[in-house]
Amino acid sequence: MKKHKIFTDGIFANNAAFMLFLGMCPMLATTKDFMSALGMGIAVLATLILTNTAISAIRKWVPNEIRIPILIVIIATIVSVIEMFMQAYMFDLSQTLGVYLSLIVVNCIILGRAEAFAMKNNVFDSFLDALGTGVGFLAGLAVLAIAREFIATGGLAFSSLLTGQKLWSFQIIPTAYTIPIFSDAPGAFIMFGLLVGLVNFIIMKAADHKKKKAALVAAGGQ
Amino acid sequence: MEYLLLGISAILINNIILTRFLGICPLLGVSRKNSSAIGMGLAVIFVVTMSAILSYSLFMYVLNPLGIGYLRLVSFILIIASFVQFVEMFLKRYVPGLYKSLGIYLPLITTNCVVLAVSLDVVGITGGVADYNFLSMLIYSFFTAVGYAFILVVFSYIQERLITDRNTPKSFKGSGVALITLGLLVMAFMGFKGMI
Repeated sequence: MKKHKIFTDGIFANNAAFMLFLGMCPMLATTKDFMSALGMGIAVLATLILTNTAISAIRKWVPNEIRIPILIVIIATIVSVIEMFMQAYMFDLSQTLGVYLSLIVVNCIILGRAEAFAMKNNVFDSFLDALGTGVGFLAGLAVLAIAREFIATGGLAFSSLLTGQKLWSFQIIPTAYTIPIFSDAPGAFIMFGLLVGLVNFIIMKAADHKKKKAALVAAGGQ
Repeated sequence: MEYLLLGISAILINNIILTRFLGICPLLGVSRKNSSAIGMGLAVIFVVTMSAILSYSLFMYVLNPLGIGYLRLVSFILIIASFVQFVEMFLKRYVPGLYKSLGIYLPLITTNCVVLAVSLDVVGITGGVADYNFLSMLIYSFFTAVGYAFILVVFSYIQERLITDRNTPKSFKGSGVALITLGLLVMAFMGFKGMI
């Protein structure tokens, strides 16, 4: 497989958030505002890169029968390290993400990529795959978070990931016309459902278009 | 009374799916059929309660006194995975009837976030004092799992109708409409807020 295809597959064709529906718990829980979604996405990306490369590096010494426990222990160790790192250097962010940071361990994306890709491919390919999948997940989180925050507060607010300090914010919709429920639990489900529908709609339209084009080409050829 | 409130709040008010979004993957996948939702629900209740007991004991009596609390993630996930494996083997050997009805759902539970989340919840320590004693831990974990199973079953009835419904737009079929319906369910459950 070509190198760039490994990378782009993780972002588009096999997007963990919208195509495979993996890792939905953090997807819904940490997208209340854009900054926490970004923090979560980066944490998942870092975990994916570390686990995928580590597992790929040791894949030849892992006995096939007990691979799952070994993978889980490696993943849990790396997640613990990242969690402690974030508590030390990004305290506010780690408080906002709370238990979802620990729950990266049971995120199906991580184990899924380790099992499906890292156990079979070399270190560099696994790194690329992790990068693509992680960026795809990060993009999914960001899209959902921006949509929710925009409707719930009427604008977006950016703050520093390290210190939690407010940097810059803007507002377009006046507060009287915002829909605050989108920052609560029901809004998360509804907005995600709408986005999933939208993505499916675009894919169906694109497939239709392709079919028509193919039909035209076939008709022209006769 | 305190324990009763803890139970009710875990089922209705702070329901783990509806307020904390945990365990949604099985909710969308498994609860397409009513019978499998019930099987999964029972398996979750059993595994969550037992693994909460095991991880609570391990953390409070071994890890915390030794000052190696940071190993909790690694040890809990190992406990859960091996416990699930053990239950599977035990049921297969001694209670084949139950194994047949629960069997296929058991391996899936290892990656259910509810189990690990409850285990991590019950070992919370604020200001040097444990948040839960043994009894309240037992009640909290059991009723949280019951609340999870409750939503699984309720949602399976809704899903059975959603699948056969013809008015759903094509692009929303499957996960899209299921997620929006869940959103409405959450809104209904928000009515319980402030009850206690």
